[in-house]
Amino acid sequence: MTYKVEEIDTKRVVHLNGEIDMDVADKARQTILPLIEAGHEVHLNLSKVEYMDSSGISVLIESKKLSEKKNTKFELVEVSKPVEKVLAMARKFL
Amino acid sequence: MSELAHTNHTEKKDFLVRSSSLKDVRSFCREVFEKLHIDQNLKDELVLAIAEAAQNIVKHAYKDAPDTEDKMVVQISCKDSKLQIGFYDMGTPVDPGKVKHREIDNVKPGGLGTFFIQQIMDAVEFKDGKKPWINHLVLTKQL
Repeated sequence: MTYKVEEIDTKRVVHLNGEIDMDVADKARQTILPLIEAGHEVHLNLSKVEYMDSSGISVLIESKKLSEKKNTKFELVEVSKPVEKVLAMARKFL
Repeated sequence: MSELAHTNHTEKKDFLVRSSSLKDVRSFCREVFEKLHIDQNLKDELVLAIAEAAQNIVKHAYKDAPDTEDKMVVQISCKDSKLQIGFYDMGTPVDPGKVKHREIDNVKPGGLGTFFIQQIMDAVEFKDGKKPWINHLVLTKQL
């Protein structure tokens, strides 16, 4: 997994690329959570993520929960088809 | 799904029990499913279910042995349109009664994995591991 963080005023757009599984979930977590912790509005672009499993979904949930706690925004702005499918499956559970 | 998906076919491969092996597990599954001509949609789901089950071995059966040199085996068999995926490991014995997904307020990495497996597969069964194996999980899907 690779990533890029775009700074637009106080907003941060995080672009993740590749496959997000247990092996790289911590890297994704350590990329996103500090930005939210710092009070930034974070937009997550997953248009180039080819695979995501439950570890990746958990990072999204943790990010959302932290943003609510910090009273800031965390949004998915673009989602690839494979991720959309896993999200749909996760929603049945959530 | 082509007629090839109805032919009998078995392949297995072993992997070091590490999170870094999960990518290789997925590649192996994709290669086998290509040979079986399973359609893309189902292939994606099956790869996810298999990767989640392999992840559970790393996370739970080897929770206290992150640097193990042990290997786990993934075996994919297709017979009479029935797909069976076997997982063998030598980790801590799994208590099938305790294998269930977490509640949403307690979601942790991998917590949704069991839910995904149950959603995708027709059957999830823990069998007695025959020596040298401790755990033997079988996932089944009718094609």
